[in-house]
Amino acid sequence: MQIASMHFKARAGGKLADVKLQAALRKLQGNFVKGRAERMLELDNFEEIRSAAAAIRDRTLANLDTYLQTFERNATSRGAVVHWAETIDDVNRIVCELAGIYGVTKVIKSKSMVSEECALNDALEGAGVQVVETDLGEYILQLAKEPPSHIIAPVIHKGREEIADLFAEKHHLPRQSDPALLTREAREQLRGHFLSADMGISGANFVVAETGSTVIVTNEGNGRMVTTLPRVHVAITGIEKVVATREDLTTLLRLLPRSATGQTISNYVSVTTGPAQAGEAGPQHFHIILLDGGRSKLLGTDMQPMLRCIRCGACMNHCPVYQSVGGHAYGWVYPGPMGSILTSTLGGMENALDLPQASTLCNQCGVVCPVKIPLPELMRKLRERQFVKGLRPWSERAGLRLWRYAAERPVLYARLTRLAARLLKLMGGNARLIHRLPFASGWTGGRDMPAPAGKTFRELYARRAKPEFAATGARG
Amino acid sequence: MNSRDAILSRIRAAQGRAGAPSAPETAAVATYIAAHPSGPRPPSDWDPLQRLRERALSLTTTLDEVADLAAVPAAVARYLRNNQLPLNAVCWAELAALDWTSAGLQIEARETHGNDLVGITGAFCAIAETGTLMLLSGADTPGATSLLPETHIAVLPRSRIVRGMEDAWALQRAECGADAMPRAVNFISGPSRTADIEQTLVLGAHGPYRVHLVIIAA
Ligand code: SF4
Repeated sequence: MQIASMHFKARAGGKLADVKLQAALRKLQGNFVKGRAERMLELDNFEEIRSAAAAIRDRTLANLDTYLQTFERNATSRGAVVHWAETIDDVNRIVCELAGIYGVTKVIKSKSMVSEECALNDALEGAGVQVVETDLGEYILQLAKEPPSHIIAPVIHKGREEIADLFAEKHHLPRQSDPALLTREAREQLRGHFLSADMGISGANFVVAETGSTVIVTNEGNGRMVTTLPRVHVAITGIEKVVATREDLTTLLRLLPRSATGQTISNYVSVTTGPAQAGEAGPQHFHIILLDGGRSKLLGTDMQPMLRCIRCGACMNHCPVYQSVGGHAYGWVYPGPMGSILTSTLGGMENALDLPQASTLCNQCGVVCPVKIPLPELMRKLRERQFVKGLRPWSERAGLRLWRYAAERPVLYARLTRLAARLLKLMGGNARLIHRLPFASGWTGGRDMPAPAGKTFRELYARRAKPEFAATGARG
Repeated sequence: MNSRDAILSRIRAAQGRAGAPSAPETAAVATYIAAHPSGPRPPSDWDPLQRLRERALSLTTTLDEVADLAAVPAAVARYLRNNQLPLNAVCWAELAALDWTSAGLQIEARETHGNDLVGITGAFCAIAETGTLMLLSGADTPGATSLLPETHIAVLPRSRIVRGMEDAWALQRAECGADAMPRAVNFISGPSRTADIEQTLVLGAHGPYRVHLVIIAA
């Protein structure tokens, strides 16, 4: 998918004014946020499990090449074919070649964020292959020709009435808007595709080195069909998704559904190893594509912890910025805090200048991340890098330089802040609200800025500090 | 250099290593995998059968308990009649010999072609912690039987209830072999569902609308 993250600011404004989107995003908080909190209470030793989960991810990342080769050996010995893709274009090329080799005319897909990275559907359609998304949310998006706005609930931005219109137009059936009936309608539309497709394409939440298996975690059952019914199965995933053993997988599975949807466990966890065995119904050919796509660039850097990510979406569900603007504003496949970092690192910092700034650094994301990724710290580091590389606008850099000059000179600093506090008080007038502030129109464009009381903290402090208090509180 | 070698050497370079993985590196990975230690588990001070019942019901899986295998057909017939469901179904080979006809059912031991409305399977085991069924695919245990029909009925001896997923893997290693994996291990926790439209929960997305578990006491 083409990166459009440079338009974050412009898009965010529109999203804030979108009443329907705002209502949808509020529901996300109610369901996913509340559900997660309740499910975590089931685990008395949540923090212990969380630390173990982070260690499990770190273990394979620390010896990634050896674990990947172990995975490859075990998968191959079971009859799967492992492909290595350096770039998203390589993924598209490999899949299109496989489609050619096996004479594929129709592909069914279950949800795969990596295939969204690749814009795989466009590549396949360009090669004359029909592609049908089968996850309900992704199916709706395919009909509407829109990208997902959330990695777990891709169609969170659309309401039932919109979906009802879309189905009526595309299915040529009487319009209905009850979610249960819409789901049934999609089920009936898709059943035929499941039974007639030649190739199933899935992602993989994890791959297991010990057994050479790919793992998908789903609720709808479409993932099981995609990996069971067509004669060819292709699983596409990132090189960072490898875990060592079935036991390590088990620990991660205690956290993934709880963090993602507030479920104790997802309806289906499917562990797939090799093609169908003798006499068994199932795919005759099983191909696994491992994508680098910039991931190896994060290894050995301060961004490496990001590769622990298990794509649960909890960081976006809990992010006040995501909750306000939704996923599309972020402009690439991955939104929210994890998306800000992945877009900047996999997609290139210069394409996503606003994203690391699109955070209040409130650390809600860091607190909920099941694999303990220090997301605010990583965003802060990206901000630093942008500054060092001279990628921030001149006004911001000049402002920071000025501030630094003053901050290094305490007497000057005290005078300037005193002056500023009095000036701002004056600007606030009787209502003590400032409607327009030079250099800060981004703030005052949408709201008033409360005027300060006229005295600086240091002035007040100097007046109040009693000798004994000053002696112990001198650090302040 | 091909893509595989390029990716692997990029990884090694990023981590300050050169050449191919050294013997100690490979040995460390092999040792960890051979040991496959379990992680911390949530406290499990509950009775497995009781816990399975509670968890299954919260997933909207329904349950029935019967004295022995011979009582299964009558229990299945009762469930189907009570829910006004069709009285014909497909089943796994291991259940073919049961006397379904006397219970008024028409059961065929074959793979589903996609239009059967009821599928009856066994299960490798059930996991009490989460109310989950573990099914292994094979020539006689096709995965589609638990997936394509609108109703999935699973038959499970009470002795096959384990506490957690770690125990399920241990049982699978012990009975199938340490390295043996079926093509598909399916963990099933209740009927298929979606909340993609306005976060409203709907049962029966692409898979079954209903999952019914018959537990055999003996
Ligand atoms: S960064 Fe953490 S919270 Fe966010 S999606 Fe990844 S694992 Fe989940």
